Amino acid sequence: MSVLELDRVSYAYPGAATPALRDVSLRLEPGEFVLLAGGSGSGKSTLLRAASGLVPHFHGGTFTGTLRCAGLDTRQHGPADLAAVAGTLFQDPETQVVMHTVRAELSFPLENRGWSAAATARGVEEVALALGLGGLLDRVAYELSGGELQRVALAAALAGRPKLLLLDEPTSQLDPVAGDELLGVLRRVNEEWGTAIVLAEHRLERCLPATDRVVRLDGGAVSFDGTPEAYLHARPDTPVAELFARLERPERPVSVKAARAALAPELARLAPPEAAELPRRRRRRERGAAVEARGAWRELPGGRAVLRGVSLALAPGETVALMGRNGAGKSTLLRLLAGLDEPTRGSVRAAGRVALLVQHPGDCFLGERVGDDVPGGRAGVLADRHPRDLSGGERQRLALEIVLGAGDPPAVLCLDEPTRGTDAAHKAALARRLRAVAAGGTAVLVATHDAEFAAALAQRTILLGDGRPVADAPTAEVLGGGWYFATQVARVLAGAGPALDAAEGAALLAAAAREEVAT
Amino acid sequence: MTYRRRASPLHAARAGVGALWCLALAGTAVSYDHPLVLAALVLAVLAAAAASGVWREVARAAALGIPFALAIALVNALVSRDGVTVLLTSNPLPVIGPLDITLEALVYGGVLGLRALVLVLAAGALLAATVDPDELLRGLRRLSVRTGVTAALAIRLVPVLGRDAHRLADARRALTSRPPTGAERLALLRAVTAGALDRATDVAATLEVRGFAGTRRPAALPRPWSRHDSAFLASALGLGLLALGAGIGGWAPFATTPRIEAGGLAGPLVLAGALLAVALAPFLDRRGIEP
Repeated sequence: MSVLELDRVSYAYPGAATPALRDVSLRLEPGEFVLLAGGSGSGKSTLLRAASGLVPHFHGGTFTGTLRCAGLDTRQHGPADLAAVAGTLFQDPETQVVMHTVRAELSFPLENRGWSAAATARGVEEVALALGLGGLLDRVAYELSGGELQRVALAAALAGRPKLLLLDEPTSQLDPVAGDELLGVLRRVNEEWGTAIVLAEHRLERCLPATDRVVRLDGGAVSFDGTPEAYLHARPDTPVAELFARLERPERPVSVKAARAALAPELARLAPPEAAELPRRRRRRERGAAVEARGAWRELPGGRAVLRGVSLALAPGETVALMGRNGAGKSTLLRLLAGLDEPTRGSVRAAGRVALLVQHPGDCFLGERVGDDVPGGRAGVLADRHPRDLSGGERQRLALEIVLGAGDPPAVLCLDEPTRGTDAAHKAALARRLRAVAAGGTAVLVATHDAEFAAALAQRTILLGDGRPVADAPTAEVLGGGWYFATQVARVLAGAGPALDAAEGAALLAAAAREEVAT
Repeated sequence: MTYRRRASPLHAARAGVGALWCLALAGTAVSYDHPLVLAALVLAVLAAAAASGVWREVARAAALGIPFALAIALVNALVSRDGVTVLLTSNPLPVIGPLDITLEALVYGGVLGLRALVLVLAAGALLAATVDPDELLRGLRRLSVRTGVTAALAIRLVPVLGRDAHRLADARRALTSRPPTGAERLALLRAVTAGALDRATDVAATLEVRGFAGTRRPAALPRPWSRHDSAFLASALGLGLLALGAGIGGWAPFATTPRIEAGGLAGPLVLAGALLAVALAPFLDRRGIEP
């Protein structure tokens, strides 16, 4: 029996002019791992909510067609019945956990099904061990990090051993390390328990190696349904696929490993990169710097030092990426530069206003109308919309306009994780806008985990480690030779070049081939 | 929420018993007007907090509760016309007329403030810091599923909304480079309140997909009755009896109108001592309190 079966399903939210799902037919077999691709607003979340019974039972609206989840028809069975066969995980870890402690959270779905106390206790222990949560069982939910919270929510969704797992961009609010950990757990759940998985996700390059099948939605309708390789043939949406398309190669590898295997002869021709020696800039005093930190420390009262003597300067019009693991001090440094916090030692001086776009762009909106917050008619046709009704990309774009228009043109624009949860189209648009801002003389500093975005935008990359810059060099030098802080193309080429994106990679390989022919 | 499992007799007691004990302390405060008895109850709460390792949490609540209690005392003195011992009189004021502040109204305001302080500390801070909310809510869900889950949802949202408010305030400061004005604070409050609806909807959706609408009651936990359960239950019953004594036996009479009348000190002193002894006795046995 199929674990999920949609037959000509269409759905429109209450009051919506256009349907969110249009005539969707799909069949998912036990043990399949399906990646649900598509841009913002393509209907991915709605499809998952329909499979979990929230559509239409929780959201209302108009539903036609038939959807069966493990044989249960969603017209007859609501989310409570479907919860026994399908676990669901949403984007925001904060609202995924409803109880005080992790143990109570994992018990909750089992108790709701009427399991005995002994069976509940056993179920909790098993799922906690399987997901590596044993040490967190008696921890309080609000003390957990986003990654831990999301793992707890995943465990709660899996506690009853469902046949199907529905995941709506579960890594979008997580840093890459926590996101990769979560994807690893999903792979194990799929391989060892045989749980079928439907995963909606924007960052395809991270998920494709684990998946068996890709379903793409566009405008609420299925526009592609096939293998990951076939998908990359149809749409080279990953940097590696784009590299192979530029090289006019027939393969479309889904992983770095497969790409390296396919390119083994070509890679052998490339000169091995020199030992990575990353210069740390030692700047005495920058003349005309847009912003300058000199020996800046940030020490928490009774706690650790988050920043340790950071000295850096940004020139007007410079684009800089700030990278580093979670807790390295990236957000704290941005807050210091923007004047939200004072350094406990050292100093920060700016040539003018330092604008900061915070991690959650929705926080920039206080009014009931978008036009109340966005200055100078820059909201356009969206001016009368409520901020809550904006898509993630629209909110991000307009929040940037609010920040830029809040006063004098800023000397520095700081952005904290601006690409989190956004699709490729919005990322490209953001990079274009930031380049335009920089062209006007504003220094742009972006704290990000997204190496592809950093490569597309930044002239210079600063790598923070343990509260201080451990590398400060042109982006190609930092991201070309890295292993973790590296683009996908750089990983395929092992840092040769250094080429960061598909165009540079293709040019490098083509040049190497020409050189060999010449010799 | 400040609950964290600690090594204390009160934490070791089951949630239902711990909550009953805290509520018995608060209920006793409602039964008595005598300031000495109320002061003894404040002392009992503070001593219990210290013995439970939650002194800091309760002291923080006291720091907020004391101005609140003083405000009650002051407001009562301003609005009450009861009492014959006039301390201060004023010319007629617009709307409220002449202002007569009496000793009796001031003292009764003090009694009300002291009582409010016991309620805030015992039924609020001490309960929140020493009673496992998950266990308590689980018990509530056994009685009424929806009540229990709604309470869980509300409790879960408190820290989430707190963080939302903090983030919004930060975003505003980043835009304006100064602390928010009064109007901006109002706008922030409105945004957090509106955001609460979104958050609540998200949490409600999570509850749905965890099967909450199935409305099955959780099974009873097979938990043996511990010495601390017995001790705190006995203490709560003892406090209840002492509270009843106020009504039936008139053990600590205290009246503020028309003039302050209190019996001798001996009765209230004995009663205050008895309350302290009954309330704090369970804390003497510290066997088996490790989490």
